[in-house]
Amino acid sequence: MTLNMFVQHFINALGLGSLYGLIAIGYTMVYGILRLINFAHGDIFMLGAYFVFFSTVMYKMPWAVGVGIAILGATLCGLLVDRVAYRPLRSAPRISALISAIGVSFFIENLAVVVFTGMPRPVVQPPMLMKAFSVGGVRLVPLGLMVPAISFVLVSGLLWVVYKTKPGLAMRSISHDIETTRLMGVSVDRIIALTFAIGSALAAVAGIMWALRYPRVEPFMGIIPGFKAFIAAVFGGIGSIPGAMLGGLALGFVEIMSVAFFPKLSGYKDAFAFVLLIVILLAKPTGLMGEKLEDKI
Amino acid sequence: MIAAQDTRTRDNALTLVSVGLFCVFLWWVPNNLDGYKLRIINLIAINAILGLSLNLIYGMTGMFSLGHAGFMAIGAYVSALLVLTPEQKVQMWILEPIAPWLANIHTPFIASLLAAGVIAAFFGWLISLPILRLGGDYLGIATLGFSEIIRILITNFTPITNGSLGLKGIPSHTTLWMSYGCLAIFLLCMVRLMRSNFGNVLRAVRDDEIAARTMGIDTFKMRVLAFTLGCFGGGVGGALMGNLITTIDPKMFMITQTYSLLMIVVVGGLGSITGSIVGSILVTTMLEWLRIVENPVTIGTFEIPGIPGMRMVIFSLLLIAVIIFRREGIMGMREFSWSWLLGLGRKRGGAAK
Repeated sequence: MTLNMFVQHFINALGLGSLYGLIAIGYTMVYGILRLINFAHGDIFMLGAYFVFFSTVMYKMPWAVGVGIAILGATLCGLLVDRVAYRPLRSAPRISALISAIGVSFFIENLAVVVFTGMPRPVVQPPMLMKAFSVGGVRLVPLGLMVPAISFVLVSGLLWVVYKTKPGLAMRSISHDIETTRLMGVSVDRIIALTFAIGSALAAVAGIMWALRYPRVEPFMGIIPGFKAFIAAVFGGIGSIPGAMLGGLALGFVEIMSVAFFPKLSGYKDAFAFVLLIVILLAKPTGLMGEKLEDKI
Repeated sequence: MIAAQDTRTRDNALTLVSVGLFCVFLWWVPNNLDGYKLRIINLIAINAILGLSLNLIYGMTGMFSLGHAGFMAIGAYVSALLVLTPEQKVQMWILEPIAPWLANIHTPFIASLLAAGVIAAFFGWLISLPILRLGGDYLGIATLGFSEIIRILITNFTPITNGSLGLKGIPSHTTLWMSYGCLAIFLLCMVRLMRSNFGNVLRAVRDDEIAARTMGIDTFKMRVLAFTLGCFGGGVGGALMGNLITTIDPKMFMITQTYSLLMIVVVGGLGSITGSIVGSILVTTMLEWLRIVENPVTIGTFEIPGIPGMRMVIFSLLLIAVIIFRREGIMGMREFSWSWLLGLGRKRGGAAK
């Protein structure tokens, strides 16, 4: 493998990894607060991709408007899911909420099949993002650099919100002790809704960039990236935002590099993430940056 | 007040009579109903076996497993590879030749069912050793991961599984007697199991693992045992399914398959054997009945076009509704008994049967 090719794979992995990371943040924030695997998160990602497809490709809106509509639409869907399917189950056993989450994910996917039809549709990439240029012999497209850059900016912004603002303080407090936070006069349901909104918006951004990278959308496109992003969140340490990003990048590198160095393994590409998950759960269940969760007796 | 002895005689008599009636029904069905209805009735039994085995893992022992589709896949493939004739196999493997040791194996159906169960159970046991140390939703995600890995392996091990093309022309060995026979054996074993001390131990592990451990129960061993038994059921159910539908491919065993089984167990009632049977009847018939919405409906001169895919939308909405409004399912943790049924009849004037 030449150095040029390696750099190309490296940038490719950086892009895929940061997309996994963006989705993983939604999982890790919701899990950190509610101890709930939000199975529907991958489908919110899919909705984001579809919204941008419809507004730009079908209705010929400018990209800026389309992106705005997609983020807003996906955020509203995320809020709706929380309100309808999760909030009534806050005091129920955790496993009930989990089954509800599975039901919601199943529902969104099949509704997408009904509304958008099951056919995959091609996304038209804006030519200015695809204009190739080369730096020192490495061929690059602006999109390849844009994805990690946007992800980096968004994650920095999110870290500022979580660690420097009042709502961020409330989020961290809820993840430690929901009852005490409620007693302190924090409107817990509103903060949880905010968490869902942020997670869904980030998933929508990831969905838009995913649709640009692999230029097509289909109703089940969120399932496998969703699972992988959850695995990334576990790998990085569930509940930790930098961890989710780190886990996503690690997963992106494992996938791209293993296929780059051993092309024979490409059929097993989707299995790597699950193997990684099982290894990490057995070796270090708290992940790279997670806090230890203790069973309360 | 009837004495205990009399009650038992009465119950046994009632059970015998209803089993007899059911046998008459099974004898009547193939000659009087069309192939489609026959298939649904068959599916009910298979789904009941699968539901029961998932219930053993999840409802009785409290291990949230999302990997059942993977064990079904193992069972379906093992059985199909054993019952296909050598000539069929030579014709089917187009992409790559079949592994030589596999090409000439041919066994009767019953033997293939047993093999399907045993091999699925073996994989279940192997997998359970590392992952049953996890609890709660992590276990769910890990089992889901394993089921996905099994599917990816099946897709890629072309010399053994024929890859993504799947297997076609499996002889339709699954008759009503076969599927209901298996269900009867399963049911009997489950009832005996849950009434035995082993059943109590499993319930103790589910309700409070730490307390169970304090009582000297080797909880890990018990969980592995229950998981392995459940996987056996998954394998047999998958094998029956393959021999009913006669075509299998890796796409059949996606996570959606596990969701339908989860629906059966949740609707029926977690931890209730009766519940899984009721759930299987309801979910299987409903899934078929919902096909109405996908076909065009004519009312007078108006024609309402069918909506493809709508069936699963309604299905998933029902799952959400059940979990939000009636979390314990239809049966809760209760079980069927004749006294309960007769009591119900008496209370409502004998008409409520």
